[in-house]
Amino acid sequence: MSSLTLASATPEPVRLPSLARLRGRWRQIGTLLAVALLLLLTLFGPVIGPYAPDAVDVSQRMQPPSSAHIMGTDPLGRDLFSRVLAGARVSLPAVLVIVVSAVTVGVVLGAIAGYLGGIVDDTIMRLTDIFLAFPALVLALAIAGALGPALTTAMLAVSVVWWPWYARLTRGQVIARKQELYVEAARAAGCTDRVILQRHVLPNSWTPIVVQSTLDMGAALITTASLGYIGMGAQPPSAEWGAMLSQARDYFLNAWWLTFFPGLAIFLSVLIFTAAGELLREATTR
Amino acid sequence: MRTFLIRRLLGVVIVLIGISLLTFLLSHVMPADPARAALGAKGGEQQYLEMRERMGLDRPLPEQYLRYVQGLFQGDLGYSYTSRRPVATDLAAYFPASMELMLSALFLAVVVGVPLGVMSAARVRGPLDKTSGVLAIFSTAMPLFLTGLLLQVIFYKQLGWLPAAGRIALILGEPQHITGMFTVDSLLRGDWPRFFSSIKHLILPAITLSLPAMAILIRIVRASMLEALGQEYVRTARSKGLSENRVIYGHALRNALLPTVTSLGMLVGALLSGGFLVEIVYTFPGLGMYVLNAIMRAEFAALISTTLIVATVYMVANLLVDIAYVFIDPRIRYA
Repeated sequence: MSSLTLASATPEPVRLPSLARLRGRWRQIGTLLAVALLLLLTLFGPVIGPYAPDAVDVSQRMQPPSSAHIMGTDPLGRDLFSRVLAGARVSLPAVLVIVVSAVTVGVVLGAIAGYLGGIVDDTIMRLTDIFLAFPALVLALAIAGALGPALTTAMLAVSVVWWPWYARLTRGQVIARKQELYVEAARAAGCTDRVILQRHVLPNSWTPIVVQSTLDMGAALITTASLGYIGMGAQPPSAEWGAMLSQARDYFLNAWWLTFFPGLAIFLSVLIFTAAGELLREATTR
Repeated sequence: MRTFLIRRLLGVVIVLIGISLLTFLLSHVMPADPARAALGAKGGEQQYLEMRERMGLDRPLPEQYLRYVQGLFQGDLGYSYTSRRPVATDLAAYFPASMELMLSALFLAVVVGVPLGVMSAARVRGPLDKTSGVLAIFSTAMPLFLTGLLLQVIFYKQLGWLPAAGRIALILGEPQHITGMFTVDSLLRGDWPRFFSSIKHLILPAITLSLPAMAILIRIVRASMLEALGQEYVRTARSKGLSENRVIYGHALRNALLPTVTSLGMLVGALLSGGFLVEIVYTFPGLGMYVLNAIMRAEFAALISTTLIVATVYMVANLLVDIAYVFIDPRIRYA
C-alpha cells in the first residue's frame, strides 16, 4: 500500500533499481552483522572484558576513559567496559525471558479465544481490556513495587503487562486462519480441535507474532532498564544497564562516562532489535 | 449514536470493576505486611493485631474487596502512615503536578508534531522528512531517563539556562491554590514571578516527556497524510486546478486528522507511563515520585490508589477520544 500512495503523492526521483536493491542489501547485511556482533559480545563478554566486572580497585576510582580503562572506571574503581559487557549478559537474557513468557501466555489465551469464540472469547478479551486499561509502565511499577524490587519481579511485571497484546494479535490471526479451506478440510477429515489448532492454525499464524516480538524486544529492554534506573529492577551490584545508570545518577554532571557508555549500550541494542524486527517483517511480508 | 455511547459506557463500567479488582488483588500479593509497615519498628504483638483489625485485614477477602469499593465511592483511598493523612489528600496535592506535566507535554507534541507530520508528507524524502524520520528512530531507542539526563547536562550544567529539579523556586513558594497546577494558578492570579519560575521548571521535563510522543505523532500524521493524498478526491481537487496548499491543507489534512485523533488516547497512556519516569529524573513532585516513595515505605494504600487513579484517567481519556471521534467522523454518527 505504502509504495502506491508514495508514488502518487509526489513524483519520485527516478532511481536505478539495482542501486536501490544494493542499498537495501547493505542495510540487511549491516543489520545481520550488528546482530551477530551483539550476540558475540554477549556470549564472549567475560573473555573480552579486560577485568572482572566486580573487581574493586579504589586506587583507580573515577578514572576517565584511558588506554587502561577504555570506558573509564566507576566510584569503586571497577572497569566500566567490563561492566557494560557483563550488563549485556543480564539485560539481554532478561529481555528474552520477558518476551518469551508474554508471548507464551498471550498465544495460548489468544488462540483459545479466537478458536472457541463465544463466551470464552468474550471473557478472555475483557480480561485483556482490563490489563490494557493501565498505562504499561504504571502497572509494571505497581506489580514490581508490590512484589519487592528485584530483576525477577521486574521481568514478571513487564510480562504481565505485555501478554494481552500478544493475546489480541494471536486471536486475530487465529480467527482469520479459521476461515481457510485447509482448516475446514482438516475438520472434515475428523481432526480434533486440539490437532487443528496445533497443526494447522498456529503454524500458519506465527509470522506476525514473531515479527512483533522481535520489534518488542527493544521496548522490553528499555522498560527493564527504566525499572532498574528508578531502583525497582535489578539491584546493585548487578551490572544491569539501568541499575548502572541509577548508580551513576549522583555523578552524571562530573563523570560523563558513567552515564554515557551504559546509555549507549541500551540505545544501540534497542536500535539493533528494531532493525532486526524490521528486517524480519520485510522478509516475511514479501 | 446513543446506542454507541451506552455500549461504550457499559464497557467503561466493566473495565472499572476489573481495574478495582486487579488493584485490590495486587495489594494482597504484597509480601510486606501493611499492618507491620504502618506500625513501624514500635509495637508488640497486641498492637499488631489491633492494627490488623483496624485496617480490616482480619476479614475474608471478598468482604475486604467490598469494603474497599465502598470506600472508593466515599472517596476513601486509604491512609498514609508516612504523611499521616488520608491518601486522597496526598493525591490531591500530587495529581495536579502530574496533570500539568502531561498536558504540557501533550500540547507540545501536538503543536510541533502535527505540522511536522504534514510537512514531511508534503515533501516525502525531503530534508524535513528525513530529519523527522531520524528523530523518530532515535527517540524510540532512547530511554526517557537518558533524554532527561542529557537535557539536564546541556541546559542546566553547561548553559545554566534552566533548573533541573522541582516545580518552582524554593524561595518563592507555591502559588495560591486554585487548580494545583502552578503555571495555571499563578497566571490566573497574575503572579508573574511565580508564573515564570514554574514555567522554567516545567520546560525541561515537558520537552523530555513530549519527544517520543512527538515522534510517534509525526509518523502517524505523515502516514495518514500520505494515504489521504493518494485518494481520488485529492486527484479531483488537483485536476480542478486547486493550489497544492489548498489540496494539502483543505482536502487531505481534514481526513488525515481522523487517525491522529484516535492515536491521542494511546499517546495519553504513553505520556502517563513516561511521566512517572520523567518526574523521578527531574524530582518533579507528582504521582510518579509519590508512588516511588510509597513503594520504598511499603505504603500499599498509596501505591494501589495511585495506580487506580492513573488507570481511571487513562480510561477517561480514551472515552473522550471515542466520543470526539463520533463528532468528527459523520460516518460513525449516522451508522
